[in-house]
Amino acid sequence: MADRFLEIANARVGGAVVKRAGLPTPPRLKRYEPGQPLVEAPVLLGAAPGGRMRPPVEDLLRGLDVDVRSRAMSGAEKPFAAIVFDASGIASTDELRELYDFFHPVARTLASNGRVLVLGTPPEDCADDVPRATAQRAIEGFTRSLGKEVKPGATVQLVYVREGAEAHAESTLRFFLSSKSAYVSGQVVRVGAPARGDAEGPDDSEHPLAGRVALVTGASRGIGAAIAATLARDGAHVIALDVPAQGAALSETANGVGGEALQLDVTAADAPAAIVDHVRERHGGVDVVVHNAGITRDKTVAGMDESQWDAVLAVNLTAPVRVSEALLAESALRPRGRIVGVSSIGGIAGNRGQTNYGASKAGVIGLVQSMAPRIAELPGTINAVAPAFIETGMTAAMPLLTREAGRRMNQTYQAGAPVDVAETIAWLAAPGTGGVNGEVVRVCGQSIIGA
Amino acid sequence: MASQSNGSSSRRAAVLGGNRIPFARSGGAYAQAGNQDMLTATLDGLVSRFSLQDEELGEVVAGAVLKHARDFNLTRESVLGSRLASTTPTFDIQQACDTGIEATILVANKVKLGQIESGIAGGVDTTSDAPIEVNDDLRRVLMDANAAKSTADRVKLLGRLRPSQVVPEFPRNQEPRTGLSMGGHTAVMARDWEITREDQDELAAASHRNLAAAYERGFFDDLVTPYLGLTRDQNLRADSSVEKLAKLKPAFGGDNGETATMTAGNSTPLTDGAAVVLLSSEEWAAEHGLPVRAYLTHSETAAVDYIHGTDHLLMAPAYAVPRMLERAGLGLGDFDFYEIHEAFAAQVLATLKAWEDPDWCREHLGLDGALGSIDRSKLNVTGSSLAVGHPFAATGGRIVATLAKLLDERGSGRGLISVCAAGGQGVVAILEK
Repeated sequence: MADRFLEIANARVGGAVVKRAGLPTPPRLKRYEPGQPLVEAPVLLGAAPGGRMRPPVEDLLRGLDVDVRSRAMSGAEKPFAAIVFDASGIASTDELRELYDFFHPVARTLASNGRVLVLGTPPEDCADDVPRATAQRAIEGFTRSLGKEVKPGATVQLVYVREGAEAHAESTLRFFLSSKSAYVSGQVVRVGAPARGDAEGPDDSEHPLAGRVALVTGASRGIGAAIAATLARDGAHVIALDVPAQGAALSETANGVGGEALQLDVTAADAPAAIVDHVRERHGGVDVVVHNAGITRDKTVAGMDESQWDAVLAVNLTAPVRVSEALLAESALRPRGRIVGVSSIGGIAGNRGQTNYGASKAGVIGLVQSMAPRIAELPGTINAVAPAFIETGMTAAMPLLTREAGRRMNQTYQAGAPVDVAETIAWLAAPGTGGVNGEVVRVCGQSIIGA
Repeated sequence: MASQSNGSSSRRAAVLGGNRIPFARSGGAYAQAGNQDMLTATLDGLVSRFSLQDEELGEVVAGAVLKHARDFNLTRESVLGSRLASTTPTFDIQQACDTGIEATILVANKVKLGQIESGIAGGVDTTSDAPIEVNDDLRRVLMDANAAKSTADRVKLLGRLRPSQVVPEFPRNQEPRTGLSMGGHTAVMARDWEITREDQDELAAASHRNLAAAYERGFFDDLVTPYLGLTRDQNLRADSSVEKLAKLKPAFGGDNGETATMTAGNSTPLTDGAAVVLLSSEEWAAEHGLPVRAYLTHSETAAVDYIHGTDHLLMAPAYAVPRMLERAGLGLGDFDFYEIHEAFAAQVLATLKAWEDPDWCREHLGLDGALGSIDRSKLNVTGSSLAVGHPFAATGGRIVATLAKLLDERGSGRGLISVCAAGGQGVVAILEK
């Protein structure tokens, strides 16, 4: 379903009308293309006293030949591609003033499609130091609000880096600085030290998944097909899985990415065993598993058939739990394995008519959080993405007004694309992202709903 | 346990799997699809199942029974349109309903001989896009016109045109030397062998029952790729029963009057579809991380004289099987699965009856007594052509891929394949694991 409003608002005549009517103009989001540099303008880097993150960030950027500045440029110069502030040293509520002092003079110098990254220390890691923990927690409110002030198309994130994990944030920093995170904003992500054996970075940043085998469920179309394409672009051999009835489209997906099609109903009793057997026989194991398969059967709980409840829970939640458990129990997920669940804003904020879907998608968060310590022993990680409104066949079937409300109620005034979800998953699936475990990252353009 | 093959070669031909599209009833879901469309889609389904994109295989061998003249290079054109490397060589074959099984044997033999490491065998047929030809008289005139040297000669030829020449030639399901349709031939066979209507209907009902159960348990999940909206075989009647089949009127053998037994229910319908099988050497399979499902170990072809002799048109497999068993040192009972193509229920039942008949086996096979009988619970356990349908050249590939999976599921064992064909021929083979 094409977004007509976005096209009209970005045309010359249409744009003027949209402006006169007082409607917000949805920006054209810059998205990643292979070969694109991380940033295409200078980056402003600042730090509060006592921080730990400025040196690793500076090393990363200078290593990529990025023009790193420590103070604002004169008005004639180009705006900043990104503004990065190391707030990890902020130790009291008074020191929160560092945020104001740094951002006040430069906030307007951020480019459209620019990136703001604030780096903090996880409040829960501040032990009994109440002022420090309080101040670090306060940063979250600052970044989420700043996300609503920056130009549409720009994003703001808070990355809490644990003590000792300073050198392991590269993959996360790169993702949030790049246009791969075009539709991710207002997020809070924790980076820890990777589990033993899960530390070495990607050898090839263009193909971080080279030599890895990735299983993607629900891969025949929509978000699943985009995930398959993105993981393949990053070098993975993709096993595209979907129900047999979707086999024709699934075959096209697999042939399009040089992968293989696996027709299988993930809710079948023997599905976990069949998946384990398949990845073992064909590849000796699997490195990345993306539980993307999902369905909706919307009805208020009072009007819902039990079959509608059962079907949604079986596909969206029980299957990911059973398959993940089997892969771990049978050691079919190789060390440095990555499992990525697909939750939903509906599982965070809830939606009328989606008690079944909301329960299943909140359950995915439960799976991620409960399995994270266990998978770390492999070593490996499990995380989830939580998309909001993404343009797919599923949302094209929604009533017009609901669809329009869903599209506009976020800081980008537009729906996300399947590739936005796929890019976020590719970051979590990368070998270099071993420090991110048990996290839920929304892909929502900083949606108004869902906190 | 698989014994070594026909001959002295030490290499084995492995069946790695297959792909087919659901078979559609004539004029049904694939009414607008041609042979090349269907074969290309079926190859692409196989490519995606085994990740063969841009792979140069040793050879692709396939064919169609009903083929347009323009499709002379059907297999090559299909490969060029597929995701296989375009440097993969191909050739077309045609052996009526044995096309698919014969293609499989050809590829397997080249693998055994070390001439190729991998290959695809299969077939396709459509009765919805069958070639219709200009009638012979008109064709003669047109050929002469093409050869004519002057305009005057061409004008003269106009005088030879007749209204009757407008009637085109439709392909007929008819034996050229007897003028009898295949169903007509089989009706005679059913009468002579005293095959009852009840037995035929029971075989047909079992075929539908077994096919439906196999779909339900996901058996075809890695054998079939949906096509043009069809996800299961269009001919399948999951609720078929002997009682329902008993209500159908006879379709063949009208001469037999009240005793006619063959109906649309216990004969295969005209069908559209395609099926392919992936074969290779064991080394190639290992290099590609693909498990071996079964080995094609033996094969045999026989033909009968149904014109002057006493044999029925579709009796050739009854001769081919004992010859193959003799060579393999096996008995008819030494199999875990029997895949006997159900051209007509009566054909299957007459063949089994012949093998159980000491007199027939003595006279026709030169045996001391009956060849034996088979355990019917091992026959066509996931359904066969009566339920699936029978796009002529596609049936062999369907059966080979199905039997290989059955053997793989069982872990070990032996399966017998028998496919009868027009012209009084029959091809049989053994798969082992």
